[in-house]
Amino acid sequence: SVNPDLASERQTASFCVEKLTALLDGGAEKTRIRRAVVEAIESDPVFSRENQYFQTQNERYEAAVRKAVHLQKKMHEMGWTEDGPEYKYIYRALSGDVAFLLHRVFMRSISVLGSDKQVAKWIPLATQHQLIGSYAQTELGHGTYLQGLETTAVFDIATQEFILNTPKISAMKWWPGDMGRSATHTVVFAQLYIHGKCYGIHPFIVQIRSLQDHSLCPGITAGDIGPKMNFEHIDNGYLMLKNVRIPRDNMLSKFCEVRPDGTYVRQGSQKINYFTMTTVRISLIADEVVIPLMKACTIAIRYSAVRRQSKLKPGEQEAKILDYQTQQEKLLPQLAAAYAFHFINDYLQELFDRGYREIQRKNFDMLPELHALSSGFKAVITHHSTAAVEICLRACGGHGYSLLSGLPSLYTKILASCIYEGENTILLLQTARFLIKCFMAASAGQPVPPSVTYLAAVKPGKCPAKNKLDFLSPDIYTEAYQHVAVRLISSTAAKLQDLIQSGVKKYDAWNQCTVQLVQAAKAHCHYIAVKNFAETVENLETKAGIQKIMKHLCDLFALHGIFSNTGAFLHDGYVSAAQMDMVTASYLDLLAVIRKDAVPLVDAFDFTDKNLNSALGSYDGQVYQRLYEWAQKSPTNKMSPAYERYLKPLLHNTLSKL
Amino acid sequence: ELLTHILDGGPERPRRRKEIEALVLNDPDFQHEDLNFLSRSQRYEQAIRKSSLMVMKLREHGIADPEEIFWFKSFVHRGRPEPLDLHLGMFLPTLLTQATPEQQDRFFMPAWNLEIIGTYAQTEMGHGTHLRGLETTATYDPATQEFILNSPTVTSIKWWPGGLGKTSNHAIVLAQLYTQGQCKGLHAFIVPIRQLGTHEPLPGITVGDIGPKFGYDEMDNGYLKMDNFRIPRENMLMKYAQVEPDGTYVKPVSDKLTYGTMVFIRSLIVGDSARSLSRACTIAIRYSAVRHQSELKPGEPEPQILDYQTQQYKLFPLLATAYAFHFVGAYIKDTYHRISGDINEGDLSELPELHALTAGLKAFTSWTANAGIEECRMACGGHGYSRCSGIPDIYVTFTPSCTYEGENTVMMLQTARFLVKSYTQVSSGQQVAGMVSYLNDLSRQRIQPQHVAARTVTVRINDPASLVEAYKARAARLVEAAAKNLQAELNHRRSKEDAWNRTSVDLVRASEAHCHYVVVKLFTAKLSEVSNAAVRAVLTDLCLLYALFGISKNTGDFLQAGILTSAQITQVNQHVKELLAVIRPNAVALVDSFDFHDVHLGSVLGRYDGNVYENMFEWAKKSPLNKTQVHASFHKHLKPMQAKL
Repeated sequence: SVNPDLASERQTASFCVEKLTALLDGGAEKTRIRRAVVEAIESDPVFSRENQYFQTQNERYEAAVRKAVHLQKKMHEMGWTEDGPEYKYIYRALSGDVAFLLHRVFMRSISVLGSDKQVAKWIPLATQHQLIGSYAQTELGHGTYLQGLETTAVFDIATQEFILNTPKISAMKWWPGDMGRSATHTVVFAQLYIHGKCYGIHPFIVQIRSLQDHSLCPGITAGDIGPKMNFEHIDNGYLMLKNVRIPRDNMLSKFCEVRPDGTYVRQGSQKINYFTMTTVRISLIADEVVIPLMKACTIAIRYSAVRRQSKLKPGEQEAKILDYQTQQEKLLPQLAAAYAFHFINDYLQELFDRGYREIQRKNFDMLPELHALSSGFKAVITHHSTAAVEICLRACGGHGYSLLSGLPSLYTKILASCIYEGENTILLLQTARFLIKCFMAASAGQPVPPSVTYLAAVKPGKCPAKNKLDFLSPDIYTEAYQHVAVRLISSTAAKLQDLIQSGVKKYDAWNQCTVQLVQAAKAHCHYIAVKNFAETVENLETKAGIQKIMKHLCDLFALHGIFSNTGAFLHDGYVSAAQMDMVTASYLDLLAVIRKDAVPLVDAFDFTDKNLNSALGSYDGQVYQRLYEWAQKSPTNKMSPAYERYLKPLLHNTLSKL
Repeated sequence: ELLTHILDGGPERPRRRKEIEALVLNDPDFQHEDLNFLSRSQRYEQAIRKSSLMVMKLREHGIADPEEIFWFKSFVHRGRPEPLDLHLGMFLPTLLTQATPEQQDRFFMPAWNLEIIGTYAQTEMGHGTHLRGLETTATYDPATQEFILNSPTVTSIKWWPGGLGKTSNHAIVLAQLYTQGQCKGLHAFIVPIRQLGTHEPLPGITVGDIGPKFGYDEMDNGYLKMDNFRIPRENMLMKYAQVEPDGTYVKPVSDKLTYGTMVFIRSLIVGDSARSLSRACTIAIRYSAVRHQSELKPGEPEPQILDYQTQQYKLFPLLATAYAFHFVGAYIKDTYHRISGDINEGDLSELPELHALTAGLKAFTSWTANAGIEECRMACGGHGYSRCSGIPDIYVTFTPSCTYEGENTVMMLQTARFLVKSYTQVSSGQQVAGMVSYLNDLSRQRIQPQHVAARTVTVRINDPASLVEAYKARAARLVEAAAKNLQAELNHRRSKEDAWNRTSVDLVRASEAHCHYVVVKLFTAKLSEVSNAAVRAVLTDLCLLYALFGISKNTGDFLQAGILTSAQITQVNQHVKELLAVIRPNAVALVDSFDFHDVHLGSVLGRYDGNVYENMFEWAKKSPLNKTQVHASFHKHLKPMQAKL
């Protein structure tokens, strides 16, 4: 039975939950397929995550491998294929708790970087799991800065082989997933040397473990890098190479080739390479960031409707903590952000599909913009969502700290996304570089890509809002965001120029402006996110109350951004002190409005209890019973040897002798 | 070295601390495998083993001074929680302060000798900070002269107390006292929970571990459910309130006294915020000096990442914050000791302000440190995410302090209550004293409102004292705004509670601004106490950075109130960046001054010698997944799959 505290929340929904779920899925048919996949996975005991919080690193790893192997069988059984409509829901249904994720990156890198001959040789082997692949780029000493990698591959004309080496400890490959224990092969990125000349970073297929008994190949040292904050199920690994020889054919050579005589040939455009990187950044937003954020909101909001604490009115029952303004102010902006990021993800996906089609037609015009958007939004969304999940965790008080709440694992997993696929600060600086360039071009009257045309139409002025209701107008707040973005970009560009004109070297000037550049890039992304949310709301159907509630969320997302960054809007007087008080008033009013729909809004995310795997967040709200039941299953409740060994002698008076 | 003395409060203390450190670190009995590689049960076992040893060795070495015990314990457990924490930190002290002499005779020596191991069971599944909501009952039965303890609902199960799950055989249980048919509120009872000898739970007692948490792996946080469990009347702690044999209830003299303990524990958390953030800063800054990446100038070797402005901007304000919190922690501790003398003499006049101040500062410093530790971790990139960096551990151990001993938002609102009260006093023409005396100025300003703008130009951004004034003005304005909004809500004829709730976001902001002001003020005040010129210079830079960075993160408040102009804000932002460059050459020395031993730091990235990469490799080789060259999963799962396909 559903806890009455939660049931009452659902009776007052102002909109149709099922319709909103369909909107999020992109249509009722997709909702149906997703639920079927989730059902098939969750009804299979092999995929259970029931005891996950009690398992050691070794147990988690083994379970992940077992699941990965079983998944092959399951897909075959269900008739799911990699290009079928079901495929993208599998990962969500498994909550990512499965091994061999890098195997797919291995295959993709061969497909993209390999010659036709190489694709024909390796892809079938990989598809049939005759080998297990990994992707070894990051080293101990270098991550995002690829040119700094130190692994070497020297071409030996005599034997027609490459000789791979890890010349020093910081050159050791470090972090690649599936490499510590599972992988038999990996794509190693190394500095290519021919006749003593360095040609830069290139990819090589290297076998690291025997296909017979899984022992390490000669010259290979590899293992697991040890415990991390999360990803216990993944064997992130290290790899040291000592005079490892591989045939010339193992260099992935769609774009660059070394001929038998040692001639280096570059062919085709490498730009497509960048495109792969940018697509990876976009593709992780949905699965690795937005979904965990939605889960955290679901858990925290449902729990806040069940937890009662202290009295709001004397003589009444204790109030739900969700009725406290401070609790609303913690959680509801995160909920609004989850929706905002869902919609911006749709926008980016669409843009990328278009970009992909253009690139296939050999038109690379969209690339710089796509690159800038993917870098900036990867950084902004991962950063914001990580903070948001932590807020959800802490908003659940002590119980949030229990692993059984599910929140610590969501947090430790999502926070890794701030680092992998490009460290956030560096990505923001890449976006900033693009923005400065576009700003200069726009100032000179040259054409710029669509997402930055606003830089050309700088309208100085003041915010026209007259009362607090004006701040619920998307035009008013979108323009305020635009104004701030333009101000930050233009002032930073001006400062850069000043510095350079005063004789400071270009790179020094850049480093001196990086703090401001990062702020400018964030402001740009924030503006696009607000604008996109407002436009999305405008195009929604007005039926079933969906548009109305989404408009509230959009307003909240926008006003929360202003409220928590008032200085940026006040700085040049665009928003006045009196107007800022109106923003605050409108913002706080909105919390009370959205409060009423908070539980239905998280119900619409449509996570099953098994998928949430949280004692606090389940649909029925039976929080305390579940917490108590789950705790009793903890291995620590089996009699520990600690009592016999240490406690007993301690209690039995060994001390009285002293 | 000199700086270390300032942080430690004199040369004698670090010397003695180092002695104790050596005593522990050179003792082979305290050695063990890296905790990161152990399961939770193993970590609990290690902690119990060390705690048992520790108790014996403390007595062997004759260490009895509370501070020295604290050091010893913190080296043995490397700053981590341990299962006897509640016994030593809560059970014994509560006996001392709340038990009658007769009860002390019965319980204290056995507890001192660890025949009795106790914990303090207050928090329940359904209620934490809001104590009045606790549901456990203790009903007095005059026929047998016993209390009958019950956990009437699932939500009333005691949940979270440290050491309760597996270690303790007694607990001080807080329960609603019922006698003669009336509820007399919360009282404390000594409850035996496990059989002496067998350690089995007693009949009527259900007790166990609450399962895995984010951190605190070595602590057996427990649950406790009681079904008609009877204890003798003499087991109620009766130094203050009493139940007579016939069931007559005798009220305690004053209930303000319990404030004292809370103030003390919250002041410890302020110190802990400083320490935890210092540890994270030490790791991140040392690592940033070792890590090289990319290029600043074309053609030159890769620079240390500490040379990048963005990296400095992440780390140096946190370093300044760590220093600021050290001084705040010391101030509160001193004030507490000063005031607790007065309290013993029955003078409670300063207690409300101190209570309000520690509540707010506990929240302010723990929130800031919590976020700061995460920033340090992020600043270490991917390697920060590995447990070998030590920062994940610092974070998961520290983060619950935002919740325990008073949930932070609730704490901020307590401070706000005091601020609003003071504001109301000022409005009605009375003067207020202490840290809130700045509110007195508000009434003066109201007489000459046109002069508010005139003050703007007087802020000098190079002068800490002037910045204190700026923070003061900001706090005054936010307190005033919150108080006015509260009044406006009340004028809408809302109930007091409702109006309070509708203003609570404003009230929290006001409290934060107040605390921020206090921190800047205390840091600035500390500067004049430093005699060595070089040390004072570097501390002044840190103090300025702390104050200016705080402004640049909250520009809106200063702009909206007209305290600073946009042009001044631009100067502030510029000056922050200049200070980064000034502090850069001293950065490593400034974290070395925190004086953490490598073992205590527990971080491969933060090693004093900077040999990071070699030692990461050594560390990884010991990982449990590397125990065998070919993992068992290969034979179980991988091989059969390859054979089948």
